[in-house]
Amino acid sequence: MSTQAVPLEDREEPVLEPGHDMASITAKISDIVLERPLSVGWVAGVMFCSGIVLMLGTAVGYLFLKGTGIWGINIPVGWGFAIVNFVWWIGIGHAGTLISAILHLLRQSWRNSINRFAEAMTLFAVMCAGLFPLIHTGRPWLAYWMFPIPNTMGYWPQFRSPLLWDVFAVSTYGTISLVFWYTGLIPDLATLRDRAGNKWIRMIYGALAMGWRGEARHWERYESAYLLLAGLSTPLVLSVHTVVSFDFAISIMPGWHTTVFPPYFVAGAIYSGFAMVLILCIPVRAVYNLKDMITIRHLENAAKVMLATGLIVAYGYILEIYMAWYAGPKSIDWYTVHNRFFGPYAGPYWMLWICNIIVPQVLWIKSVRRSPFWLFILSLVVLVGMWLERFVIIILSLHRDFVPSSWGMYYPTKWDWMTYIGTLGLFVTMIFLFCRVLPVISIFEIRMLLPESHVHPVGDHSVDAKHAGPPQLEGKHG
Amino acid sequence: MAAENTKREDVCPGKNKKKTLDAQALDLAVVREEIASTSGPEYWRSLEELAGSDEFRAMMHREFPKGSSEWLDSVSRRGFLQTMGASLALAGMTACTRQPLEQIVPYVRQPDDVIPGRPQFYASATTLGGYASPVLVESHMGRPTKIEGNPDHPASLGAADIFSQASLLDMYDPDRSQTPVYLGETRSWKNFTDQIRTRMAGQRAVDGEGFRLLTGPISSPTLFSQIQALLKMYPKAKWHQYSPLHRDNVLAGSMLAFGQAVETQYRLDGADVILSLDADFLSPSFPGSARYTHDYAARRNPDAAMNRLYVVESVPSPTGAKAEHRLSQRASEVEGLAQSLAASLGLGGSADEAKEDARFLRAVAEDLKAHSGASVVIAGDQQSPEVHALAHAINAHLGNVGKTVVYSDTVLANPVDQTASLKELAQDLREKKVDVLVILGANPVYDAPTDLNFGDALLNSGAGLRLHFGLHQDETAELCQWHVNAAHSLEAWSDGRAYDGSVCLVQPLIAPLYEGKSAHELVAALMGQSTLTGHDILRSYWQGQAKSADFETWWRKTVHDGFVDGTAYPAKAVTAKASVPAGKSAAAAAGDASMIEVSFRGDPAIYDGAFANNGWMQELPKPMSKMTWDNPAWIGPAYAARKGLKSEDMVRLEIAGRNVEVPVWIQAGHPDNAITVFLGYGRRRVGRVGTGVGFDLYKARSSDAPWRTTAKLTPLAQTYKLASTQGYQTIETGVADDHGVARTRPVIREGSLEEYKTNPNFAREMEEAPERNVTLYPNVDYSDPNYNKLGYAWGMTVDLGACVGCNACMIACHSENNIPVVGKPQVVVGRHMHWIRVDAYYQGDRDNPSASFQPVPCMQCENAPCELVCPVGATVHSSEGLNDMVYNRCIGTRYCSNNCPYKVRRFNFLLFQDWETPQFKMMRNPDVSIRSRGVMEKCTYCVQRITVARIDSEREERSIKDGEIQTACQQACPSNAIVFGNVNDPNSKVSKLKGQARNYSMLAELNTRPRTTYLAEVRNPNPQLESAEHAGASSAVEHAVVERS
Amino acid sequence: MSALNGLLAEFESASDLVAAAKTTHRSGYNDIEAYSPFPVHGLGEAIGFTKNRVPLVVLIGGIIGACTGYGLQYWVSAITYPINVGGRPLNSWPSFVIITFELTVLFAGLSAVIGMLVLNDLPRPHHPVFNVPQFERASQDRFFLCVFAADPKFNVTETRRFLERLKPISIADVPDE
Repeated sequence: MSTQAVPLEDREEPVLEPGHDMASITAKISDIVLERPLSVGWVAGVMFCSGIVLMLGTAVGYLFLKGTGIWGINIPVGWGFAIVNFVWWIGIGHAGTLISAILHLLRQSWRNSINRFAEAMTLFAVMCAGLFPLIHTGRPWLAYWMFPIPNTMGYWPQFRSPLLWDVFAVSTYGTISLVFWYTGLIPDLATLRDRAGNKWIRMIYGALAMGWRGEARHWERYESAYLLLAGLSTPLVLSVHTVVSFDFAISIMPGWHTTVFPPYFVAGAIYSGFAMVLILCIPVRAVYNLKDMITIRHLENAAKVMLATGLIVAYGYILEIYMAWYAGPKSIDWYTVHNRFFGPYAGPYWMLWICNIIVPQVLWIKSVRRSPFWLFILSLVVLVGMWLERFVIIILSLHRDFVPSSWGMYYPTKWDWMTYIGTLGLFVTMIFLFCRVLPVISIFEIRMLLPESHVHPVGDHSVDAKHAGPPQLEGKHG
Repeated sequence: MAAENTKREDVCPGKNKKKTLDAQALDLAVVREEIASTSGPEYWRSLEELAGSDEFRAMMHREFPKGSSEWLDSVSRRGFLQTMGASLALAGMTACTRQPLEQIVPYVRQPDDVIPGRPQFYASATTLGGYASPVLVESHMGRPTKIEGNPDHPASLGAADIFSQASLLDMYDPDRSQTPVYLGETRSWKNFTDQIRTRMAGQRAVDGEGFRLLTGPISSPTLFSQIQALLKMYPKAKWHQYSPLHRDNVLAGSMLAFGQAVETQYRLDGADVILSLDADFLSPSFPGSARYTHDYAARRNPDAAMNRLYVVESVPSPTGAKAEHRLSQRASEVEGLAQSLAASLGLGGSADEAKEDARFLRAVAEDLKAHSGASVVIAGDQQSPEVHALAHAINAHLGNVGKTVVYSDTVLANPVDQTASLKELAQDLREKKVDVLVILGANPVYDAPTDLNFGDALLNSGAGLRLHFGLHQDETAELCQWHVNAAHSLEAWSDGRAYDGSVCLVQPLIAPLYEGKSAHELVAALMGQSTLTGHDILRSYWQGQAKSADFETWWRKTVHDGFVDGTAYPAKAVTAKASVPAGKSAAAAAGDASMIEVSFRGDPAIYDGAFANNGWMQELPKPMSKMTWDNPAWIGPAYAARKGLKSEDMVRLEIAGRNVEVPVWIQAGHPDNAITVFLGYGRRRVGRVGTGVGFDLYKARSSDAPWRTTAKLTPLAQTYKLASTQGYQTIETGVADDHGVARTRPVIREGSLEEYKTNPNFAREMEEAPERNVTLYPNVDYSDPNYNKLGYAWGMTVDLGACVGCNACMIACHSENNIPVVGKPQVVVGRHMHWIRVDAYYQGDRDNPSASFQPVPCMQCENAPCELVCPVGATVHSSEGLNDMVYNRCIGTRYCSNNCPYKVRRFNFLLFQDWETPQFKMMRNPDVSIRSRGVMEKCTYCVQRITVARIDSEREERSIKDGEIQTACQQACPSNAIVFGNVNDPNSKVSKLKGQARNYSMLAELNTRPRTTYLAEVRNPNPQLESAEHAGASSAVEHAVVERS
Repeated sequence: MSALNGLLAEFESASDLVAAAKTTHRSGYNDIEAYSPFPVHGLGEAIGFTKNRVPLVVLIGGIIGACTGYGLQYWVSAITYPINVGGRPLNSWPSFVIITFELTVLFAGLSAVIGMLVLNDLPRPHHPVFNVPQFERASQDRFFLCVFAADPKFNVTETRRFLERLKPISIADVPDE
């Protein structure tokens, strides 16, 4: 294939502003890492964020010292912020894999400029998410019993538990995302190696690049491996949030025990993921002057994805209400929904509707989709909304279930907040570091967006920008 | 368990000193070093030396060591306990436990000789308000670990109420007074007796002119005879009795009716119709309640002849909750009502037909008439003498006397009007007539009527010797020169009469932990016989009484049985005065509208304050409100609505110029224009648990109106956080109904007798349960010998008709399973640890709802949702169908609790269990492992008891007999509502009950297949009254929600 | 100057490189290699590379993963520690599907990456072509074709003349160390 397969809108609007050649791209992206001096803003940012990470350390330390009782959880609400945050972070991670894997398979060439970034985001999000299941246990020093390794009890994990499925799903997801990300980095690491002036930097990147030389044979194998990884990651990313949703769907709690969870958890994940991508992209493209590589069109596409997934999420909410209506006023489901609408936590529930469903409808307006400022604000709103969604699902379902004598309330403590905010700090810190030590945009994949990257019959040297296509998708692996 | 065996040695000071002593105790450092420097034999001597040191004095003068204020802050609780652990007092008491020197006789259930690891049982008794309850005490290697009922005694029949069970914790209370104290300095018993001798000699000279003895109510024949001897020795001396929850009105009532003091006993097994006039005879504080509850519950089986209970009450109570027909009246109105009833029964007087409750009265009157001789009218302790007299008259008129009502001599030796008695003492103190005042076990400075100003009177009496004798250095001890530490009833020989008059012997299970003395020994000391031991005194008394020739055999048998045969009082023929006392209450009822009627009640859990330092009792949810750790005043919904009051609002009560501030609690079924306050809280000096907890309402109580007065109520701006374990008592409200919320799951199911007769299966039909075989998987077959080798399948039934919500099961479970106490802040956030809870639900009109109780242990589901979701297999199923909890597998994900539809799982969010205090180590049941932080726990069906029975049966090559295993809750239950056994055996009692029509599973449609099932409650309403009330009968209790504040 | 490892021709664009590689390969050179800063379509065939075994490796990895996944769960739940959990059968296959799937993906994914690296003979920090100064642009914007001395048809002067006919920007000796 070639020009024919290029998506229509590629013709209308390039994903790479004209006026670039290979040298300029390479220089522009790699110089952010190699040449750009440390800015005051960056240092200040890192300092501030690592301060927050310190707070996270304190909170977790005290938690280990005293026990989960320092949080607001109780009976009946056995899960609180920890699991809310876990689900939220995991969800955010999904956009990265989606962009790098699924859009890759769908031959969306525009993803080339943001996939590196999104994958990094995925890794850091999974990092933050993974923290919670470990620390939320009553005896965290024994959390390793959840892994299938022989232990002092001479007993193995209980594989029927969705929590254990989580362990496998999340750890697999983390591992695959990491190798996927690293594989994508190898050629760029080689570039950095070859451009680095300083001997030590050269050696470090050299070691990381593992002696990549860009041989034709290497590229062939590289591409098939990359494509297969994309193919594997696609069902994986869909499975991860499905499994997370099983934590709830498999149980028998009203508000949890419902079959709509898997699809709408996945949709919600992508929803919040793209919101996070935008929140990160918009400042970064401004600060590092990458507007010509991360173009308005990227933002708009992300906005479109959000609009679509947002509607799926809305469907999930509405279905829940429909099911309650269908079960009838005598049913516990009816009461659960009623409790969401009018119960003590009605506030968060209505906020959830506003943030996730109502406000994002402005994305139907093109000018909003193309305005970085409004997208940024909107993404913040959606992230809050998605966090609230998990809060509603977990706390509102647990605090009033079958036996009214055991109903209760959940109030987060300062330790809950410190831990949550702490992970936000951790996440941003990682992003800060990432921007300065690795190319935020995949250099070699951007090169492939260049017209001259396309091979023409010998002799014909006329280059037509309009014919820029992603050659990496051609041939037998296509 | 192994771990525990090793821990057990810690109780010996030699081994344990280092451990407890390296803990941080800021102000104890010096003392600690000194102790640490001494070892083994010189230990006690060095204590004497230490007594001289300043640190020591400093510590003894402090109420309790630094940091105790953090007690309720469970996060710092452990640190605090280390402080306590290190305190000299504790170091002093951790002596290895010793059996008493005298011969004590174990109960038949076990061989006489100790088999390590096997508990022994001893018959003994505990006393409350003078009345003794016969008990069996379980002893592990010389350490009493649990108190159970004495099955052979008619007053217990194996059941034990909360008070007798919880007294175990009192014995191990680390805050107990541990030495005689003179002006804040420790002294020895010897030192005390020397001093007192000279004093008493002085009194001898003046015939005890200035000698006063103050005790609580006494039923002990031995002590009574001692006191008589004492009074003979000091002729001019006076003996006063006072306990705040006295039964003066009962006494006055019997004087009014019979001209003499008689004990009234009821035979409820013969009663078809019961009318309670404000009498809470199903609550443990009512003398004989254990037996009454048993007899009452025995008549609740719809397949046999059911009884019918009418209750007229001013304070919602378990008795009222069980009533077929309940009339909510202000206390002051009950008397008029009783008169109208008497009138309509034809005892003269004027039947006030105008009353809106005339209909109720007519129905009751007819019902009573119809069941003459098989009915009973019971008057409440707090009701006026007139009401009691009326009750006597009505019972006589109906010919119930001798059948359902029996009169006998009084159980209390020498019953007196206690209020008057204390008044007189206060008077004498003021007039400086008193030189020697000996206070035996009473605590008047705290609980005397406030108008007596007993504290000032005592302090300014100029009495040369004020002696307080008791378990704690309490408010009264503070104002006495001398305090002598009493021995707990588990540490001393004594005796006492049960409600039926039969004498129970109290035998010690353990030598006094702090070398305390018994009342007998103290009184003997007052008579100059300071060397006599309680054992000698008791024996010599009974030697005089015993009819049998061979005293030794007789004594051994008596001590073994725990009670003296044939001492139960015979029925006494008395005739009630014909004339019905004319009521003066009509006036009292009418008052100016701005005033509100106040009723005083003892606290359902901590009684008169005696149990204030008892963690089990503080955390025991009160039957109706499920309140813990506090004593809010109750007001009715109607009144609250009118005044715009919410639960947890503070109010000021102005009573005769005295102001008290107290939070209110809206209690469904509480009469309008009335407020009920509970006594016993707000202790100023008792210990780490009880000091400063709750509100002291004795401040509002005057001697002329001990039970009922009027007050001006002013709402205050501030609110006060209360810790109820059941925030939602599911009272219907219109609001909720609009959204159909009024119906979720019929967890409680009940119907009327007629409905039961027409359709016995009404309970099952309320919810469709899935077919057994509708499942993706094959069912586990618990009768398959290849899978379940011994063939047992354990199951339980709970009869909601029989349960009276007395909480005995909860305390039994606490004690049996080493359940920790978590403290108020933890209860507030919903982290109480009760393995079995008793839910209270209300339905119908909030001002007069019908209430139901539902004990909820683990359901032991066959398809346990909790097991499925545990990632580490910490909760799995045994082949006998138990839902086992493997503590040391648990990593604490709490997923199991989330997925438990019954919410019976409990989690150690923090280090709730007390690993430090040596006393508690001694108290624990060694058969049950102690759970630490981060671990889930729950009801195990007392698996340790099952295991013991299994081992025994296997050794004897037989199978476990039905009824051989009793779970702790089942054992304590006075109404036999709980039945446990093998459901694979079709002839077992539990199988038969599960076969009954009213047997149903909670939340059956979830297909969890609980092994614990319920027998739906069937009520027997009076057809005449039913039409109006109980519209909702046979509907599930509906779960609309009223939210607090 | 040490022994010669091969000759390295530098080209301007991908098209030139592909064309050059094709010609070189057609004219009988087999031991040749092309270098580009990004994957260039057809370059592999141009230098005669056809056998890509990565997909096979992944397939095998995936199968092993699936077997491990279900095997582990079955062995644990039904064989080594059979116990009644919530009344479910020992081999609750529907519950075991998920972990089986996850392990399949994990094993397949790892074997894809590891397989690719191993087949590519990476990591290999040193390679003769790195000795050519301008080769550092191979990872940026230049395209190279290398004819190795090991090739039977290789002859310094012949081959250099042959390469010059392909109009490269430059031709460099690849020193052998």
